[in-house]
Amino acid sequence: MTEGAPPGVGKLATGIPGFEYIADGGLPAGRATLLAGSSGSGKSIFGAQFLVEGIRQWQQPGVFVTFEEPPGAIRDNFAALGWPIAEWEAQGQWAFVDLSPDEEQPEIAGEFDLGALLPRIEHAVQRVGAGRLVIDSLGTLYSQYSDRHMVRRALGQLMAAVRRLGVTALVTAERLEEYGPVARFDVEEFVADAVVILRQVLNGDKRRRTVEILKMRGTSHQKGEYPFTVSTDAEGVSIIPLSAIELNQPASSERAPFGVAELDALCAGGLLRGSVTLVAGPTGTGKSLIGAHFATGDPGERSMVIAFEEGADQLRRNAAGWNLPFEGMEADGTLQIHAAYPETAALEDHLVRLKKAIEAFRPGRVTIDSLSALERIGSDRGFREFLIALVAYLRESGITTVMTTNTSNLQGGGIASEAQVSSMTDTIILLRYTEQQARIKRGLVVLKMRGSDQDKAVREFTVTDRGIRVGEPFAGDSGSLLGFVRG
Amino acid sequence: MEKYRLKLYVTGRTPRSQQAIDNLRRLLEEEFAERYELEIVDVLEDPQQAEAHKVLATPTLVRDLPPPVRRVIGDLSDRHQVLLGLDLQALGEGDHGGTDHD
Repeated sequence: MTEGAPPGVGKLATGIPGFEYIADGGLPAGRATLLAGSSGSGKSIFGAQFLVEGIRQWQQPGVFVTFEEPPGAIRDNFAALGWPIAEWEAQGQWAFVDLSPDEEQPEIAGEFDLGALLPRIEHAVQRVGAGRLVIDSLGTLYSQYSDRHMVRRALGQLMAAVRRLGVTALVTAERLEEYGPVARFDVEEFVADAVVILRQVLNGDKRRRTVEILKMRGTSHQKGEYPFTVSTDAEGVSIIPLSAIELNQPASSERAPFGVAELDALCAGGLLRGSVTLVAGPTGTGKSLIGAHFATGDPGERSMVIAFEEGADQLRRNAAGWNLPFEGMEADGTLQIHAAYPETAALEDHLVRLKKAIEAFRPGRVTIDSLSALERIGSDRGFREFLIALVAYLRESGITTVMTTNTSNLQGGGIASEAQVSSMTDTIILLRYTEQQARIKRGLVVLKMRGSDQDKAVREFTVTDRGIRVGEPFAGDSGSLLGFVRG
Repeated sequence: MEKYRLKLYVTGRTPRSQQAIDNLRRLLEEEFAERYELEIVDVLEDPQQAEAHKVLATPTLVRDLPPPVRRVIGDLSDRHQVLLGLDLQALGEGDHGGTDHD
């Protein structure tokens, strides 16, 4: 959904991953945008990254006006992210205006105003030729000076100067409540045209960060809250634009085989390269086995296994039991196993860590076993967002992905994650137990294979010491018995 | 003996700037004649110096020497606060050899 966009207000791309999507191109160019958030919501890093990306991507210098932390602390903090601010200062691409509070309060002897504020900011902007300006944060002066009228006057003049200077400005402001007034001290009246809110909401003991564009007068934007992550490396803030993701489908018609002839035959030769497949079934049906087949399906392709349920050693033992060459491929450097216990980190952190591992190894295929473990730690919404972001990332990277998920009901039936995940996947392989002539057998069916014809028959399969064997379709109409829904 | 080195930061030629300059000159001539150096900095002309010394409020009077650096803000109409803020009185008292005549 977007608001009407009359001509006149151009946008300036921030360079912050995902922000251009939700802001329909970026911040209103040559104007000020209020960035409001509670303490610890990521305002300062968001603001700093606005400048960092300007320098890194467009060689556009920036000025950081700090009312809170002194420049030395900011340099140190962001040096830890790999942002060489001191270097940029030396090159004339970054300038601080240091309005951080003095340790000692000066004596007051008569009338005064904040007369050096504008000259210092204007000087810094002109000195580096800044196109971007960050003010962090606007309300601070209220806690330093008791004369509210004077502070109001100074803030009014400051924002008028920002407009006059023609820079694109991001002005942070503190909020006390996540869903209360826009900002403390009513500072939003000075920056009323565009407001972006950062939130951090606790879900159980997990923190969830979101960004919402409240308004952007005179130009369009996306509505609603979008999750974002704050990474501890140079990537910084990364916004996850949910609705943007279902747009791109794998364009490839190449296939990534399982290496099991019968299974590949069911999928018209293999999974589409760059597509996402969900293998769903109750405990013990063979989801992990199918995942392991996929992981070893093409010895010539780099393959990564992300394990959330079992340790790497257990996975190797399982694979050895099925005669699948995990250890051999690991020795060749064509397979990597990343085992992680989801309870140890927030979903957002898992996302960042997985992306890093994938960027370093550059696999052609990724197997995730299993998503069910992740579901335990996040709220449903957080889980869905995690999945969307992960799937989007894998797809963008052209990686063929197989994810497994558990269904607690032995006879099937939809569980939340299945419904959530199925809308994001190209192919679903369902595994079920079924009773046939008083014996429990395993059944398998390939559902919803985008972009190709697949065999929709429910087939019996067995697990052998050579891995999976897929047999003939069950006789008769076993659909209702199995609880399968034909796709 | 060591002189006070003082800097007065003002913003342009406003009445308040002028008032601060007048107040300060009068005080210095009356109490510290020959024992001070005063530089007046207009932050509109030299914003870099205001940045370097973290001056936000104007007028701001800074005592650079002797250390430690001390600051007073305002139009300096309150002479007692100026002396207190710059810790000028202590040295003056030392020179006059007493504390009870003020």
